[in-house]
Amino acid sequence: MGSPVLDKGPEAGVPEVRRLKSDGTPWRERLFQLSLWASLAVGVVFLGCLLVYIVVEAWPRLNFRILTNFPDIIDPSQAGAQSAIMGTIWVIGFTALYCLPVGFLTAIYLEEYADPERWWNRAVEINIQNLAAVPSIVYGILGLGIISRGLGFGQTVLTASLTLSLLVLPTVIIAAREAIRAVPQSIREASLALGATQWQTIWRQVLPAAVPGMATGSILALSRAIGEAAPLLLLGGLTFITFNPTGPESAFTVLPIQIFNWISQSRSEFVSLAAAAIVILLVILLAMNSLAIWLRNRYSHRW
Amino acid sequence: MKSHASLRRPVAPVAPVALTAVVLLAASACGGSASGSASGDGGVEGDLSGTIRVDGSSTVAPLSTAAAQLFQGENPGVRVTVGTSGTGGGFEKFCAGETDISDASRPIEADEKAACQQNDITYEELQIANDGLSVVVNKDNDFAECLTIEQLKKIWEPGSKVNNWNQVDPKFPDEKLELFGPGTDSGTFDYFTEAVNGEEGASRTEYSPSEDDNVTVQGVAGSKGGMGYFGLSYYEENKDELKVLKIDGGDGCVEPTSKTVQDGSYKPLSRPLFIYPKASSLDKPEVEAFVEYYVENSAEIAEKALFVPLNQTQQADLNKDLKRLQEQHGS
Repeated sequence: MGSPVLDKGPEAGVPEVRRLKSDGTPWRERLFQLSLWASLAVGVVFLGCLLVYIVVEAWPRLNFRILTNFPDIIDPSQAGAQSAIMGTIWVIGFTALYCLPVGFLTAIYLEEYADPERWWNRAVEINIQNLAAVPSIVYGILGLGIISRGLGFGQTVLTASLTLSLLVLPTVIIAAREAIRAVPQSIREASLALGATQWQTIWRQVLPAAVPGMATGSILALSRAIGEAAPLLLLGGLTFITFNPTGPESAFTVLPIQIFNWISQSRSEFVSLAAAAIVILLVILLAMNSLAIWLRNRYSHRW
Repeated sequence: MKSHASLRRPVAPVAPVALTAVVLLAASACGGSASGSASGDGGVEGDLSGTIRVDGSSTVAPLSTAAAQLFQGENPGVRVTVGTSGTGGGFEKFCAGETDISDASRPIEADEKAACQQNDITYEELQIANDGLSVVVNKDNDFAECLTIEQLKKIWEPGSKVNNWNQVDPKFPDEKLELFGPGTDSGTFDYFTEAVNGEEGASRTEYSPSEDDNVTVQGVAGSKGGMGYFGLSYYEENKDELKVLKIDGGDGCVEPTSKTVQDGSYKPLSRPLFIYPKASSLDKPEVEAFVEYYVENSAEIAEKALFVPLNQTQQADLNKDLKRLQEQHGS
């Protein structure tokens, strides 16, 4: 038996079905594919334009001074974004530290332990979904009122990362829940049937299987946090600071705030400086992203 | 649209727990080394240390930033941070006791005074520079040279129906008027509306507002019938693209320049810029030294930050205030 027979097979066997299927479809199919490509192109082309524009704008300032120097209002050519870069890393690091454990544990509780029949569990669920849609500036107000003033943490890295944690927590929880839910029920039943406790089942079976999905969700959540300027501006994120954070109690600035500040300066040198800072923000995102993809792939092999 | 939206947040991902550890390690390593190198190397006043928190008007921020930068050059142990919460937002933090110095592009208001009083915050008012608001039009606009305050009011007052240059002055041609200006959170907006419309915050709403003055520059430069207003430095940095109007405040047409703003003949669109140091912070040697430095070098700082320095009378007043402060807070 050669391939010609195989190719002929379906045609010979079900000629009517094939005729029905092909009748009038080619142009629709093409149209559909065309619209798919067009949709894809919208995103890719805009991203491409943005990248080209930013890099061209940033070109004169894409040198090591942007990494090693501190903001300089008097001489833009000597200005750099070191305090903003380090501030961003500190703030996002602490944000991950606070929101990931809390988010994952909440998701595990809601998926594995909570009884969805109970009204309070449903209320919690609805609330989390609502919180995910609250504008970020509102979290800024919350952070300023409760974390900065109420708890007396002031305008520090700690306040900023706690505020951003609250901001992205709903997204982390929802994504982690989806990932946990995607683990087949049969895995749990098999584990329990073999005599494992619920804890053992979750720790050894459910979580390893859910990690890739949870990681993806966390990536998306933290990427929202890293580009966030509005709530931090409200918290009093600083626009001029010539030292790096030294701990959670430090004053800080982050890249989006620094970019925002430079863009609104009257001298045009600051605009290319802002573009260079945008490039750095993109590079940081890309680096973290790649690491996350690597982590995700590594874990997904195990299961 | 709020200006933070213009940051074009890139939608790209970040990372989970393991990464966090790496990041924190890196951050603490770098943070540690930087703070180590920041201390030491003391000059005459170089023994000072501590943190000075400045916040407030984004207009005044370049001044305070320049002052902070120059001061830190001489006093590497002192950390000065400058925030831009806006004049109102700055006073709110200042009166809650969260900052040492508040930047302001207008004098403190009654309700802000009350808030400060409630928290036992006393302060000084120091004028450290002048700023002019420039009214600009498109480079190709060859008919408008000088506008009176009445004409500006006609254009910018609430409910204004002026949409064509020939409604401003019958001698002007039929050219659509397109307006650009700062958003309502801005001290520039407050000052302009007060000076032109007679009431702070009273403005027509049909114009393109932006928190970023560079957007206003682009808007006016890109439309033949465009008009906008912002701080003088934005005009001076964009002279090639814009034309500035002379303003007639009752005593003839005056062009905004460093000179006319400084001597006060460009009115009513010249404004003073202030800093408000907190009295209790002035007892700290580093804050006192910073304020002294700021005052003594106000001309250089204003120049570096592209503002108009004080005139002689203003400078004399400022020196007098400084002397009084030095006596009160011991130095």
